[in-house]
Amino acid sequence: MFYIHCPYCGELREEEEFHPKGQAHIARPADPASCSDEEWGDYLFFRDNPRGIHHELWVHAVGCRKFFNITRHTVTYEILETYKMGEQPRFTAEYPEGRPSRDRVEPAPLREGVRA
Amino acid sequence: MSQLNRLARGGRIDRSRKLSFTFNGKRYQGHAGDTLASALLANGVDIVNRSFKYSRPRGIVAAGAEEPNAVVQLGKTEAGQVPNVRATQQALFDGLEACSTNGWPNVQRDMMSLVGKLGGKFMPPGFYYKTFMAPASMWMTYEKVIRKSAGLGRSPMENDPDIYDHLHQHCDVLVVGAGPAGLAAALAAARSGARVILVDEQEQMGGSLLDTRELLDDKPADQWVAEALQELAGLDNVTLLPRTTANGYHDHHFVTLHERRTEHLAETAPLKDGRRQVRSRMHRVRAGRVVLATGAHERPLVYGNNDVPGNLLAGAVSTYVRRYGVVPGKRLVLSTSNDHAYRAALDWLENGCEVVAIADARANPDGELVEQARAQGIRIITGSAVIEAKGESRVSGARVAKVDLDGFRVAGAVETLDCDTIASSGGYSPVIHLASHTGGRPTWRDDILGFVPTLVKGVSAAGGAQGVYATGEVLTDGVAAGRQAAAEAGFEAASVSLPQVAARRDGAACALYQVPHEKPTLRAPKQFVDLQNDVTAAGIEVATREGFESIEHVKRYTAMGFGTDQGKLGNINGMAIAARLLGRSIPEVGTTVFRPNYTPVTFGAIVGRHCRELFDPERYTAMHQWHVEHGAEFEDVGQWKRPWYFPRQVDGKTESMFDAVARECRAVREAVGILDASTLGKIDIQGPDAREFLGRVYTNKWAKLAPGRVRYGLMCKDDGMVFDDGTTSCLGENHFLMTTTTGGAAGVLEWLELWHQTEWPELDVYFTSVTDHWATMTVTGPEARKLMSEVTDIDLDKEAFKFMDWREGSVAGVPARVFRISFTGELAYEINVQANYALHVWETLFAHGEKYGLTPYGTETMHVLRAEKGFIIAGQDTDGSVTPEDLGMHWAVGYDKPFSWIGQRALTRPDTARTDRKQLVGLKPRNAKVVLEEGAQIVFDPKHAIPMPMVGHVTSSYYSPTLDSGFALAVVKGGQQKMGETVYLPMADGQVHEAEIVSPIFLDPKGERQNV
Amino acid sequence: MSNVATFDTRTEAKIPVESPLTYSYRRSGAPAPTGKSRVVLRERPFLGHLILRGGAIVLDEAVREVLGVSLPGEPQGLVQDADGERSVQWLSPDEWLVIVPGGEEFELENRLRAALGDAHFAISNASGGQTLVELEGEAARELLMKSVIYDVHPSHFPVGKGVTTVFAKTTVILRRPAEDRWELVVRRSFADYTYRWLLDAGEEYGIGVER
Repeated sequence: MFYIHCPYCGELREEEEFHPKGQAHIARPADPASCSDEEWGDYLFFRDNPRGIHHELWVHAVGCRKFFNITRHTVTYEILETYKMGEQPRFTAEYPEGRPSRDRVEPAPLREGVRA
Repeated sequence: MSQLNRLARGGRIDRSRKLSFTFNGKRYQGHAGDTLASALLANGVDIVNRSFKYSRPRGIVAAGAEEPNAVVQLGKTEAGQVPNVRATQQALFDGLEACSTNGWPNVQRDMMSLVGKLGGKFMPPGFYYKTFMAPASMWMTYEKVIRKSAGLGRSPMENDPDIYDHLHQHCDVLVVGAGPAGLAAALAAARSGARVILVDEQEQMGGSLLDTRELLDDKPADQWVAEALQELAGLDNVTLLPRTTANGYHDHHFVTLHERRTEHLAETAPLKDGRRQVRSRMHRVRAGRVVLATGAHERPLVYGNNDVPGNLLAGAVSTYVRRYGVVPGKRLVLSTSNDHAYRAALDWLENGCEVVAIADARANPDGELVEQARAQGIRIITGSAVIEAKGESRVSGARVAKVDLDGFRVAGAVETLDCDTIASSGGYSPVIHLASHTGGRPTWRDDILGFVPTLVKGVSAAGGAQGVYATGEVLTDGVAAGRQAAAEAGFEAASVSLPQVAARRDGAACALYQVPHEKPTLRAPKQFVDLQNDVTAAGIEVATREGFESIEHVKRYTAMGFGTDQGKLGNINGMAIAARLLGRSIPEVGTTVFRPNYTPVTFGAIVGRHCRELFDPERYTAMHQWHVEHGAEFEDVGQWKRPWYFPRQVDGKTESMFDAVARECRAVREAVGILDASTLGKIDIQGPDAREFLGRVYTNKWAKLAPGRVRYGLMCKDDGMVFDDGTTSCLGENHFLMTTTTGGAAGVLEWLELWHQTEWPELDVYFTSVTDHWATMTVTGPEARKLMSEVTDIDLDKEAFKFMDWREGSVAGVPARVFRISFTGELAYEINVQANYALHVWETLFAHGEKYGLTPYGTETMHVLRAEKGFIIAGQDTDGSVTPEDLGMHWAVGYDKPFSWIGQRALTRPDTARTDRKQLVGLKPRNAKVVLEEGAQIVFDPKHAIPMPMVGHVTSSYYSPTLDSGFALAVVKGGQQKMGETVYLPMADGQVHEAEIVSPIFLDPKGERQNV
Repeated sequence: MSNVATFDTRTEAKIPVESPLTYSYRRSGAPAPTGKSRVVLRERPFLGHLILRGGAIVLDEAVREVLGVSLPGEPQGLVQDADGERSVQWLSPDEWLVIVPGGEEFELENRLRAALGDAHFAISNASGGQTLVELEGEAARELLMKSVIYDVHPSHFPVGKGVTTVFAKTTVILRRPAEDRWELVVRRSFADYTYRWLLDAGEEYGIGVER
């Protein structure tokens, strides 16, 4: 039973309040009509299943009803961070200890609240 | 009955309070403070069970949770039956009744012992897999016999009269175990101000301090325990939970505690202040930090016939003598690999019984306790061990010999000592079960000859749990762990001054697990490793010979560490034996995984209050009371209770469902009916981009829907498959009311939020659920307008208030929104009022409706009526693999909308665009009396060899009183191009039904009846 | 904003009304509080409940102007007016629950809409869809520990806090407006389940129901 820090409520809450919604950062192609069948199939059906650091989309269903992302280790189940929509993770497979501060991504990229 | 093994004084029992109890039908007496096990030993009861596989007589071995044999069935009444209770953990109460779990017909004379005597030749390891698997059809028969003869306890056959519950706890520091380490840790953490929970599975807190020979500050150790507990009990930030087992350690320091609140008082929880009280409670604890002070379990030695009653753990002997005032025998032989176990002999001797000898496997034992034993004149046979116990139903002697540990052989003559009790100790295993639950693989330490836990962040181990055994060091270790936990939780660590404990010089222990016998293991008398699962050293040897090299495979092949035992006594010995046989070291072989639960938990505690009427929420509409009073039968739709149909009482008999539904259907088609439709999901949508948003999530167009108008919409996932439908009304230019299916309400709202929050946050729109705010009643049928005209001020003229319009006004004096939408195909008005007024409106409609034949109808009639019209129910006629085109709902798809709405792109994927997909059609059975089974598979050729190609299935099927025929909706491959063709439905009973593929719209295809 | 259809679902006419717990009282009864009741339950029916959606900065000014209290901007915040009759609770970064005496809600909605003008916001009336249940008494906290997964210890749940969380197998909005009083905002359709749960779990505290 996870204990999840909701970045909108600003505190740790019990897993029962949340729903998992699959892999994070799966953005809908901006122009679906121009996607090949294969590209559209990739978007619809193909997901990663890493052993180690994984980014997941969750929603605080019984709570603030906001969607956000979790960086979770799939072996230890440790949650390394949670972050709002539109933000980028600090912990990644490439930087399991966290990005060095010098190239840490700015938390407000392209537009607010997007998945990618 | 005399308690022949009870000492005249000593122990923590109250001799002035006598308690009677019954074991296997015989009455005995014990004292307050006894466990069932100590009372049985006091009464000289040797055999408490028959073993699982070989049916050998078994006695009490341990004094705590690790007891493998004394697993009993508790309960005087049928309803009070509790299986798998460890007698060592069950406090004695007056009137307690228990019996052995195994043994048929009884433990003294057991049918299966004959099989056991034959040496278990028929039951080699893996015997389940080898013996009972073929033929597979016989397994059910085998299983019954095995269960009856082996026995694993039984569940009560009557309702449990007791109540159980859960308590959600949160704390900064959870301390598991209230022995010296746990008490010290709790004191340190509590004094810092942290919220502390201290939990201990025993009747009394104190752990080893309750029976130690050592003095704390020159006083008996239990005095310090009492003082510590008094301090803790007086602190607001501390919760003490005795009789509570930490059974499972789950993710992120979520720990489940099982508190037995009244099990020590009576079989059924007695009333308290005239009120029922909770028998068992599950504490669901979210802890900031956890200190595992779970202590260590002593390992028995593995020697021949080590399972005969009278073979005990050395530490258990001390506990029974010192804590319960029971000496479970007269003449003791102790077999040990370490100093600590010597106290069993000293305790035994001090209470006037005879210590025949101590067989010490070490060549030159020289610790303080050894010296004390020597000084008392006890015979110590060094370099030796008990290699075999004599006796069948009770130990009658011990065969002792010199052993060569490195060569694994008996190295000298065998001496047989006359005795009735053999205590053994092969060292101590830290109790690492809870740490294992968190996924950490333990680490072997040669210096303590045991595994210590590997700990995840935020948890620490103290004392015996990490191989620290000397009492003084344990206390210090506990304080350090408590201080650290409190500091990590953000509190300023407090100081704790600890009592002085005289340091004791202990000699080094030697590594001894299985004791060699003169005969090779496979021919020696059985040397038990796991007593509960009847796993022997020979069994492990067979397993390794048969090629099982991984300890996990050995475990599964032999059943070692299975079940409720979870390898408490046997696992390390088993691994050591496997390691020796495989020529590897113990760390190389590794351990198996201990799983939750640590000890069995009753279903009552797991279920808590979530049972009977509170098993699942029942959602009611505002008219529920009326439905109940009018005899409705209810159907579960999601968590809602919806009226299914309203049977009438006719001549004192209750109308059948068939008759009731037919009557309700006719009422709607010929007069007027009313349905409680409050359960439909309702979402209030506001914002300048609301219309754009609807266009993206629905398949059809919303750009031009004017205020006052309503439209039906289909929703797809992005794979193009329909997942919900409903009507949405335009309330204002920037304001819509969406309805969803009853079951889909929460899911659709979350779906809208998902797209808004993650893909289109630039759209200015808000979604708010108003499902419960509105009560909805559907008035439908040819007479609906007449009835409505009597109760509303809304202009009902067919031109002023058209089909698919909505209007607001007053109904029965209550502000209402009325929607002209129809799910029956008849003229219909859906009245929405604030739920608090709903019953009044509903009853007013009936007051006016009688003359029009107003008839309440339920979901079954609703289903029939809508199916006659070919209206789908998302989730019944669709299953996540059906597109709008498959449903023949091309009219509800806006292919030329500017934005690529959810699902559009997928509709042109090759698989989605196939013309031979399963498509929605109507089915008309050739025999009008037949109502096809929902779910029945459809074939084109009933003469095709089996397996026949299945081409679809029935999704909805009813009898239609209007058509006077059975009819169905179904999905059939390429069905839309097969109108008029015949399909077949082969049934399980051999019948084959024939049906014609027809349009799914059976009634009024032009929709004239609803548009009047 | 004329593009939104406002509608007063309440009437001043003498129409019989039924609160969400009316059916429950008939079905399960309502044990009267006694001197031994360590917890007392009380429904506060027919209050005005509005859901406010929008940006905090935009809404704050209007709420202060119309209601005289400031919008709780911090998560889990709950503010009340001076006499405790009107409250505003943070539900999410763009969602607040306003509870006012029954009958005030429609006028309040209109005044807020007027004050907010063309800003992007939404107001939905939820008055018929939920009810307020109060728990008072020394055992109230332990009763809540049996029922909700959220930590209700005073160090974690001070006065002036409110959360949406899991209650048994449903959900609840739980608030602590005063030292010795808890409020549960319960959805109408789940009210009976919630009531039966509280009576059952409260039995050991001699729970009484004030009507």
